[in-house]
Amino acid sequence: MNKTIDNYIQTQREEILKKWIEKMKGKSDERVLKVVSDQVFISTSREFMDLIISNLKDSNEKYNERLHEFAEKIVKLAWPLSFVTEGIHVFSRIVFEGMKADNIITEENHLDAFYSLDHWIIPMTTEIVNIYSTTWERTVSLQKIALQELSAPLIPVFDGVSVMPLIGAIDTERAKQIMENLLNGVVKNRSEVVLIDITGVPVVDTMVAHHIIQAADAVRLVGAKCMLVGIRPEIAQTIVNLGINLNQFTTKNTLKKGMEAALEIMKKKIITVEETE
Amino acid sequence: MENQSCVLIQTEWDIVAARQLGRNVAKEVGFGTVDQARITTAISELARNIYIYAGEGQVCIEKIIKNGQAGLRIVAVDKGPGIPDIRLAMEDGYSTSGGLGAGLPGVKRLMDDFEIDSSLGSGTEIKASKWIR
Repeated sequence: MNKTIDNYIQTQREEILKKWIEKMKGKSDERVLKVVSDQVFISTSREFMDLIISNLKDSNEKYNERLHEFAEKIVKLAWPLSFVTEGIHVFSRIVFEGMKADNIITEENHLDAFYSLDHWIIPMTTEIVNIYSTTWERTVSLQKIALQELSAPLIPVFDGVSVMPLIGAIDTERAKQIMENLLNGVVKNRSEVVLIDITGVPVVDTMVAHHIIQAADAVRLVGAKCMLVGIRPEIAQTIVNLGINLNQFTTKNTLKKGMEAALEIMKKKIITVEETE
Repeated sequence: MENQSCVLIQTEWDIVAARQLGRNVAKEVGFGTVDQARITTAISELARNIYIYAGEGQVCIEKIIKNGQAGLRIVAVDKGPGIPDIRLAMEDGYSTSGGLGAGLPGVKRLMDDFEIDSSLGSGTEIKASKWIR
């Protein structure tokens, strides 16, 4: 049966390809059309066809290698997974229907044909899904690590003055890290003033405010002063609307102003050095 | 309804997704940056309430037009335990989860219209809209 299918695909190659591309065009939505250009689509379809033929005539090892390569290429092209798996199914359906129309598949052998088709469609789908998911898993875990790294650093800038710039959304996990890094850092750097910069925090809701207030309270307990800087005008208005009380904080709209205030507390000043000959 | 898009709230990151959707729609409707911030904050509060109290639910953002005025409506629905005393929940500083207790009353102040409907055991539905001035 494999041979028959192989023969059929080889001889009807262009016909199948034409039908397939037509069908898949109808299936693709905007999302697909955005990432898939016509040329790439046709050349990749051809490659896929070669791959399927190679499956039928090459050794298993060689086929697996090619399949792996192909799947990796598809992932790099960023085609939606659903589109790719759909493509494989549509392909097998076209072949099956075509062979039936040509009376190659008859009532007697159609089970056999079905089985043979399945036999190479399923491993192909599995391999492609596998490669997709491992790529995703790798990306997600890398991003998680990257996110943790830039999560909440406490940077000592002057003797006794540290800055914690916060960027991006704050969730429970990050809030915990903020608190830990803040307290450890304050003790380690012997900071007397800590500036928390929220310029990069897109939304300050009650939870974010709550976490910042708690962190500031804890900082006060270890003997340092906390300042909230980088409050944008629209954030100031939402904080007022929410009715959040930040009276116990010194707040400034920019890090620069906060830094000046911090230096004042530390009784320090930045002066321009006059050049001497 | 057309002009409506929804985000399922199941994890903490869905709150961020809901917020982003809200911000985009608010931009489309034509709200200024301050109102955009108000709307996203309100969505953030409602979505977080769903996540904390109900576990899962849905936040929908609709574009609305009334008397020639454009606006945006947030509809937050969950099938959680419901709120036993709505009056108390709307009071500033009241919280059952150790938070600031500014969420619901805050949302009411951030938005123009606010409706809450909750029954014990069957869930909560909150509708809040904001109009372009």
